[in-house]
Amino acid sequence: MTNNKDKVIELNDVVIRFSGDSGDGMQLTGTLFSDTAALLGAGVGTFPDYPAEIRAPQGTVGGVSGFQVHFGHDINTPGDFADVLVAMNPAALKANAKWTKRGGTILLDSNAFTPKNLAKAGYKTDDPVKEDQLGGFNIIWAPISSMTQETLKETGLDNKTVLRSKNMFALGICFYLFNKPLNFTETFFEKKFKKIPKIIEANKQVLKAGFNYGYNVQELTPYKVSADDIHKGVYRNINGNTATAWGLIAAAEKANLPLFCGSYPITPATDILHELAKQKSLGVKTFQAEDEIAGITSSIGASFAGNFAVTTTSGPGLALKTEAVGLALIAELPLVIVDVQRGGPSTGLPTKTEQSDLMQALQGRNGEAPLPVIAASTPANCYNYAFAAGKIALEHLTPVILLTDGFLANGTQPMKIENTDTLPNIEVPFAKYDENKPYQPYERDEKSLVRKWAPVGVAGLEHRIGGLEKMNVTGTVSYVPENHQLMTDIRQKRVDVIADYIPEQEIIGDKDADLLVVGWGGTYGHLLTVVHDMQAEGKSVSLVHFNYLQPLPRNTEALLQGHKKIVVAELNGGQFAKYLRQNFNGLEFSQYNKVMGLPFTVEELKNHFNELMEEK
Amino acid sequence: MAAENIKLNFKDFKSDQEVRWCAGCGDHAILNTVHKAMATVGKPREKYVLISGIGCSSRFPYYMNTYGFHTIHGRALAISSGAKSANPDLSVWVVTGDGDGLAIGGNHFIHAIRRNLDLNVLLFNNEIYGLTKGQYSPTTKEGKITKSSPYGTIEHPFNPGELVLGSNGHFFARSIDVNMKLSHDIMVEAEGFKGTSIIEILQNCVIFADKTHSWYTDKAEKLDRQLVLKHGEKMIYGKNNDKGIMLDGMDLKAVTIGENGVTEDDILVHDAHMESPFLHWMLINMKGPDFPIALGVIRAVKGTVYEEKMEKQIEEQKAISKIHSMNDLLNSGATWTV
Repeated sequence: MTNNKDKVIELNDVVIRFSGDSGDGMQLTGTLFSDTAALLGAGVGTFPDYPAEIRAPQGTVGGVSGFQVHFGHDINTPGDFADVLVAMNPAALKANAKWTKRGGTILLDSNAFTPKNLAKAGYKTDDPVKEDQLGGFNIIWAPISSMTQETLKETGLDNKTVLRSKNMFALGICFYLFNKPLNFTETFFEKKFKKIPKIIEANKQVLKAGFNYGYNVQELTPYKVSADDIHKGVYRNINGNTATAWGLIAAAEKANLPLFCGSYPITPATDILHELAKQKSLGVKTFQAEDEIAGITSSIGASFAGNFAVTTTSGPGLALKTEAVGLALIAELPLVIVDVQRGGPSTGLPTKTEQSDLMQALQGRNGEAPLPVIAASTPANCYNYAFAAGKIALEHLTPVILLTDGFLANGTQPMKIENTDTLPNIEVPFAKYDENKPYQPYERDEKSLVRKWAPVGVAGLEHRIGGLEKMNVTGTVSYVPENHQLMTDIRQKRVDVIADYIPEQEIIGDKDADLLVVGWGGTYGHLLTVVHDMQAEGKSVSLVHFNYLQPLPRNTEALLQGHKKIVVAELNGGQFAKYLRQNFNGLEFSQYNKVMGLPFTVEELKNHFNELMEEK
Repeated sequence: MAAENIKLNFKDFKSDQEVRWCAGCGDHAILNTVHKAMATVGKPREKYVLISGIGCSSRFPYYMNTYGFHTIHGRALAISSGAKSANPDLSVWVVTGDGDGLAIGGNHFIHAIRRNLDLNVLLFNNEIYGLTKGQYSPTTKEGKITKSSPYGTIEHPFNPGELVLGSNGHFFARSIDVNMKLSHDIMVEAEGFKGTSIIEILQNCVIFADKTHSWYTDKAEKLDRQLVLKHGEKMIYGKNNDKGIMLDGMDLKAVTIGENGVTEDDILVHDAHMESPFLHWMLINMKGPDFPIALGVIRAVKGTVYEEKMEKQIEEQKAISKIHSMNDLLNSGATWTV
């Protein structure tokens, strides 16, 4: 018999999915794996997949929690399908086998496959492999629970505590499989459990035992996965919600203003509030409001009083905030509204991702109420676009909506740490007291049409503003018909001219490619991967992926022209396509849409784009 | 700079805008009272901000020569909470009504009180929606015929003071629009009090609910129908100063001194600082014809203030944390070098 240990499978990139019951610690297991891979120079992208219920019944498919790690070379997504699936119980296998590549490896905790657990997972026979037709997979039955117990039998720890570390046995096997050292995880144990040395030791033993088990099992062939071409620098892992919070803090620091966040908890945006609430040493004020409306209105009050104010929410919350967005808009006060989009309508799919709030962000207000809308496109660049949203809000005295989504919010990737010196300055247009010239709240800069901001507390600049239409320049209440027309036109123009202050749109690929793929926001990684793959195959495809949605960059029309076909791919019913048609009615846009609460897969996109190219 | 060290006169707080309330509206008197109270308090104009929602009363900020924000329906307290948290140095005054503050803004009302931010809230209670021309409000008396209750309302009204107590409120006072002296004194005390001060002002809407408070305000009888409470003083009132409030078992009783063996010693002394809301609750609920209405500062109990605790946590974290800049934060936790 040949020894598998002499062979190594070399791969460009690998996807590994850890899955188990929601109490099995799969999120931690996945995070530790991805941190280790990133530390060793791989590119990584991760995505957690957890149930909406806090504690769904144990052992059922509804209670399965998963964490997918994609690592290797040129990683832009968490990956479509897993090369390796770790399933800690029958429910995890049932839920995730369909996300595993044909011929991939499935590692199962054989101790958990009892008749009772099989029944709970909905298996009708005692042979799940046969029942789910998993014959084409490399199935490894590993007695993970019993070997964990065996490893720790001398420690005197109770059985419940012992079994809690079985996820580390699984992690140990994976470290063997992908030739990763254990020391990073060991250091993690030392920090995390520094008050309970017994637990540090137990976890280390189990991790090591898992690693050794991997070495001893014939069917496990180790992989060698490429490192990424990473620019030199200092890196950290970050998810989209943390990056968003940090981008807002960075904007406050650059503007030299305190940051205030009024917010109401809502999935999947709440972690932004959590992160901001932690950063008190940076002077961040968080106000957990009684409802979504108080979330935004407390922020509007803070803005009126001179703070850099933000509010964070998801689709249903944005709907509730709508009237107040209009107030910030007519009062011309700076405010960032973060909408971490989720599946809708109504409560919809709170833990799942979607891009279906676009129209709500662009147009969902009473009256003629235009405002800038921008979207982040990777977990790490949530930092940059949150900063950009803050810069536009503070420099143009306007509410700005920043769109992210559940996929970006919870997904992680490495972020290169750039000193804040590299960020642009934020010049806030404050009013100054002038003895000879009384302050006129709505007197404007000729080019940008931005008024001057006089936060409460500055002597000599006392003034009144509000939600009623106001006279241009003086800001007094006005029902004059011509003035309302003028103010309406000004409010539109104020947003339009922001196009002069944002970067031009990039195109990835040839300007005259046959097929132009258009996307926006969180689908960037998938679209980029597909377009790169197709370009490598010699196909004439380019990608234009938008971050600035309203106003669109000045060169948008020029980039959209000159292609045989344009396809707008988005995770909604076609909202951006509709918006582009409205703006560029001479061009023809085809659509590729998906509304399943899931990200695109590279595979489905590639199939569709190839079909488009083959059609006459 | 403007007016430093110059004692401001009440006229300094008037704006140049034409006041647009109906002739005879109770708001005119309240506006003049606020101008005077602010002059008495003596803070510079730029420290004052008036924030209102929507309704007749909410026009108020336009008539003030301070900072002002006329916002959206019901949200003045939430906006004020943000403004005060953002800049605790400000003197924040909220102008709201029984519709704006207790119906559409009811949620913000109870939560602002619960947090106890240092705000002065003027709750104009005229028991009607005036700006939308005459619908019943959360304080309209049951059975009242209004445009939206042509056969009489079938709702139980709120008593604003009860809501304040139910929200663990620290300061509640009541006045009447025309009693400018009392309103002035209450406003000055409220400004000095740290915490959310709710001042219910019984206000007369001449158009849609005229004389709704007339039983208490009747010129000939008002002295017998109003009890102006003062902390530490006996609850004595009446044309002849011979009426008083005393305890009768678990209840209050309005009595006449010298009748039925009642002496001045039997009359209760008002304690606004008493933490227990029990007696305050009974005072708030007194109504005619058996009782006078209680006016003045009914409750003023010291408590911790939201924005001060917020600032304190920030100072504590600044002192112990290693993170003092965005660069510190970016480099905190697990990082690696390529």
